[in-house]
Order: sequence, then C-alpha cells, then structure tokens
Amino acid sequence: MLKDKVAIVTGASRGIGEAIARKFASLGADVAIVYAGSQDKAEAVANACAESYGVKAKAYKCDVADFEATKELVSQVKDDFGTVHILVNNAGITKDGLIAMMKEDSFDDVINTNLKGAFNMIRHLTGIFMRNREGCIINISSVAGIMGNAGQANYSASKAGLIGLTKSVAKELAARGVRCNAIAPGFIATDMTESQADSPLLKMIPLGRMGETEDIAEAAAYLATAKYVTGETLRVDGGIAM
Amino acid sequence: MYFDAIAKIVSERTGCDVADVKPESTFSELGIDSLDTVELLMNLEDEIGIEIELDQKVETIDDLNKFIQSKQG
Ligand SMILES: NC(=O)c1ccc[n+]([C@@H]2O[C@H](COP(=O)([O-])OP(=O)(O)OC[C@H]3O[C@@H](n4cnc5c(N)ncnc54)[C@H](OP(=O)(O)O)[C@@H]3O)[C@@H](O)[C@H]2O)c1
Repeated sequence: MLKDKVAIVTGASRGIGEAIARKFASLGADVAIVYAGSQDKAEAVANACAESYGVKAKAYKCDVADFEATKELVSQVKDDFGTVHILVNNAGITKDGLIAMMKEDSFDDVINTNLKGAFNMIRHLTGIFMRNREGCIINISSVAGIMGNAGQANYSASKAGLIGLTKSVAKELAARGVRCNAIAPGFIATDMTESQADSPLLKMIPLGRMGETEDIAEAAAYLATAKYVTGETLRVDGGIAM
Repeated sequence: MYFDAIAKIVSERTGCDVADVKPESTFSELGIDSLDTVELLMNLEDEIGIEIELDQKVETIDDLNKFIQSKQG
C-alpha cells in the first residue's frame, strides 16, 4: 500500500512513533527513524523494519526543535532515500505543571519541541513535496489540544497549535497535491503516560480502556492513503473527547 | 542577470509572450500568486542550477531578479 514511498517519522525510537514506523514499513514504505537521544532503541527499530519487511530503514539523531538541525536532517534523508513522500510529526514531550507555578522554560521547551518542531520539519520538506506534487503530512496532536487539560497548559497549547498549523498548511498546499492532517490520540499506553496509569480521567473513556500504540499506527496508515482527506483532525481516543 | 531565465519560465507557466514580461511587471498582473512564485523559483533552480531560498516576498520580476543576484553575492 505504501510501496516505493519514503516516510520520515520523528520520535520513532519508542512509543507511538515506533508503532507508526513499523506499520509504514509493514506496508512497504522506506522509513527514516528520527530520535533525540535513544540511539540504541532507534537503531533497533530501524533494523527491525528492514529485517521484517525488507524495506530501507535508517535512524537519524536530530533535535526537531532546532531549525538548522532539521534542515540538515532533511537534506541527509533526501541524499540517502532520494526523496520524501510522507512526514509524521510525532516527536513530543510533556513538562506538566499548574499554570500558577509553571516555569518559563517548561512552556518554551514544550512549544519548541511539539509545535515548532513540526513547523521546522514541514518548512524544510515543503519544497520537496511541491516539486513532487505529492506529499502527506500527519501531525500527532492530542485530545488535550481539543479539550484542554488541567496541569498541561503548555502541552495543550502546543497540541491545539498543531491543529491550526494542520489546517493552514492543508489549505496552502492542497492545490499542490500535498495533504496535511492531524491525529488526536487520547490515553495511549507509552512511557509518556506511565505515570498516569491510575488517573481518574481513565474512567471517563467511553470505550473503557487505554489505547494502544497500534491504534494510532492504524489511523496514521489510513491518513497516509486517504487521498480525499485533508485538514482533518482524527480523534483516536476511545471516545473521550466527543 | 537572471531576467531572461525568469521571463522564459514565466511565459512557459502563464502562456504569455516572453516580450510581455517586463522587469516592472508584477507577479499578480501576470497571474502568478505567491505560492506560484515559490514554485517558479524551484523551476528556476533547475534551469540555472543554483539553490535559492525565497525568504521574503517579491512583487515584481525585477524584485526577484535582484533577490537572486543578492543571494549569489
Ligand atoms: N501517549 C499518549 O497517551 C499520547 C496522547 C496524545 C498524544 N500523544 C503524542 O504522541 C506523540 C508520541 O508520544 P509517545 O507517548 O509515544 O511519547 P514517548 O514514548 O515519550 O516518545 C517520545 C518520542 O519523541 C522523541 N523526541 C522527544 N523529543 C524530541 C526532540 N526534541 N527531537 C526529536 N525527537 C524527540 C523521543 O526520542 P528519544 O527516545 O530519543 O528520547 C521518542 O522517540 C507525542 O507527540 C505525544 O504528545 C501521546
């Protein structure tokens, strides 16, 4: 389904990004695995993709919040893979705290990684997508960006920002054959949500359980191939944000 | 001097006569919107084999010509 496509997935060393990279590889895509610090994990994901599915896969260390570094990353991936068709902006962090006590750094760091990181990647890939007259961007937002969440003002702002970014980019680039969508996951079992395993919010999930990374990977695979869908934010949240 | 190369690409793109493309012509009167200008620049990169990053708005053919010259140092 994604044969001969090249995908860049940021934050693919673990969690949701890893599941998306594996899913895309299973569908035949070559994958560039971007990570911040977990080199061993990222290389293990790349090796697993290559060995299990016979695709080309390579791990790249890059801080997505760094404009120049992402520029370098994109040109490196282009050299290695020839071109790029799909970008998944998944790299993300949390630095939770009540607004009354939130440090300036906590706000800036989360915005810079989650929101500006997505801008950086899109900015440097748009030229390639426009030349190809084909491109698919998937931004991993969150239900926190739709509903807000006490203790996550910075994170919710970054994730709501991604939804606005998604719609604007979708409008700007639609005529050039480039689609841009977002996924808003609910509670997905990963390192990020480990500490929330007994959060009272979990009881409010209509489908009665936390999601799995595979649930998000399936949504990403759908958006990667949904030719008539752009500017959409797809909730994959067990119903919590409806 | 990139005027000729720009004029050629503009005329190919819009179907207008090369002679109708003047330095003072604005992209909007030539029927080229700002995203088209970005694309035009990509074609130009291929044509003249240089890499240019358009990080400002250009209104006229001459603006673009000067912009490219400035980037070429
Ligand atoms: N889990 C959930 O319930 C949930 C819900 C809604 C939305 N999301 C969103 O889904 C995305 C993935 O979440 P997750 O739960 O899978 O997180 P995770 O397990 O904590 O993994 C985060 C990933 O992002 C990478 N990363 C972090 N900062 C980076 C940076 N500056 N540059 C490049 N890569 C960076 C990490 O790389 P290293 O391994 O190298 O550190 C890691 O691969 C995030 O955007 C998150 O906000 C998650």
